[in-house]
Amino acid sequence: MFGFRISPSSAINLDNVSRDRFSELCRIEPDALRCMACGSCSATCPAAEFSGMSVRKVLLYLQRGKEEEAFKIMNNCMLCGKCTMVCPRGINTRHLLLTICRIYEKEDRR
Amino acid sequence: MKEIVVIIGGGIAGLEAASQLLKLGYTPIIVEKSGQLGGHVAQWNRLFPDMTPAKDLVSDLIASSKDANIFLNAEISFINRLKDNYNVMLSNGISIISRYILFTTGFRLFEAQKKEEYGYGIYNQVITNADLEHWFNTGKDDRINGKEIKSIGFVHCVGSRDEKARNSQCSKVCCITAIKQAIEMKEKFPDAEIYCFYMDLRLFGKKFEDFYIKAQRDHGIHFIRGRVSEVSENIDGNVIVKAEDTLLGKPIKVTLNLLVLMSGMVCNPDSTRSASMLSLPIDSDGFLKSSDNVMHITSSPRNGIYYAGACTGPKTVPETLAEARSAVLEIHSRIIGQQK
Repeated sequence: MFGFRISPSSAINLDNVSRDRFSELCRIEPDALRCMACGSCSATCPAAEFSGMSVRKVLLYLQRGKEEEAFKIMNNCMLCGKCTMVCPRGINTRHLLLTICRIYEKEDRR
Repeated sequence: MKEIVVIIGGGIAGLEAASQLLKLGYTPIIVEKSGQLGGHVAQWNRLFPDMTPAKDLVSDLIASSKDANIFLNAEISFINRLKDNYNVMLSNGISIISRYILFTTGFRLFEAQKKEEYGYGIYNQVITNADLEHWFNTGKDDRINGKEIKSIGFVHCVGSRDEKARNSQCSKVCCITAIKQAIEMKEKFPDAEIYCFYMDLRLFGKKFEDFYIKAQRDHGIHFIRGRVSEVSENIDGNVIVKAEDTLLGKPIKVTLNLLVLMSGMVCNPDSTRSASMLSLPIDSDGFLKSSDNVMHITSSPRNGIYYAGACTGPKTVPETLAEARSAVLEIHSRIIGQQK
């Protein structure tokens, strides 16, 4: 092979984002929409500094249709629940993560 | 003797000041350059955060100031200073001698076509916040009526916090206005996806944050932190918006059926012109400069000249009304003090 390759675009095209699963998530967990991206959850997360785990990023990736990226960082969650304690909007982040697993896993198992 | 107070500008600040001056037994004279009272608020449909109809507020203010002398379609030709008085000459040939002048000259909406990259006046489906309120009021706008509206964008800070547009100030009310208009559009077009592109969300006022949470949770409005960099038009006449999702650090692109630009508040050149006749100082943001920005926001450095409302900077409706009352109280105290 020659030394050239095409880099995939990292841009997000909102026209092509499928919102079905995120809408289902919001029906069960309406608080998923209330995140204001303050970053308290990531700052307190004991796994964050080793793995980049961040509830804020998980939610954002899911909203922008980047599900693979969301799962990649979500795998590092230890479900300790510290993020739930610090969230200023009172989002039950631990419960939210479990619901995300349930909804998104269903389809991935096939 | 009934003291005369000349009020320059018949918007909500001028009307509220006139009605308070009447209650105190003075003779207010309102000079309004347009043919109608109520200023910008008269063009608006509903007011945040309680969705109060703007026309109710304006008609209440007009009713309570109806005994004032009102000159419509009148501009200030010149003002000169006599020994203890000011001589105000109007464009209709009337001259008024008064010891007190209250500036309620307000603001001007930023001309969105100046931000050429957003395409106002170039692309059909780009409108402003004022155009949208006009549609709420009249139901007339071919850019919305009869069109399929499935996606709408709101661009915050158009002409605000923009040094290149020569307006470094925050216009204060656009964040909450965008959220209000986004909710109103979601109610009219429930199937539409609505995006707000913001730099910061500045929701400082009473119940503003509740409004934001409501927009997120109950209406599913998408908030994207990132300033729109450019807008282009596709072959269907829809607009393509590009920005950076700064929370994710990735470029983002979306096709929209309608794009609403939140034009900010900038200084009114008419108020600068009248102020220059009295050598009143102008602040670095182009608005009139109060004698002190904490204690004496309604006072000018000159005797007998007072300010109220958005002539000194962007203000909300309740702030403007409170300043009008406060300026009247300052004038009243000064008149009482001089009579002793």
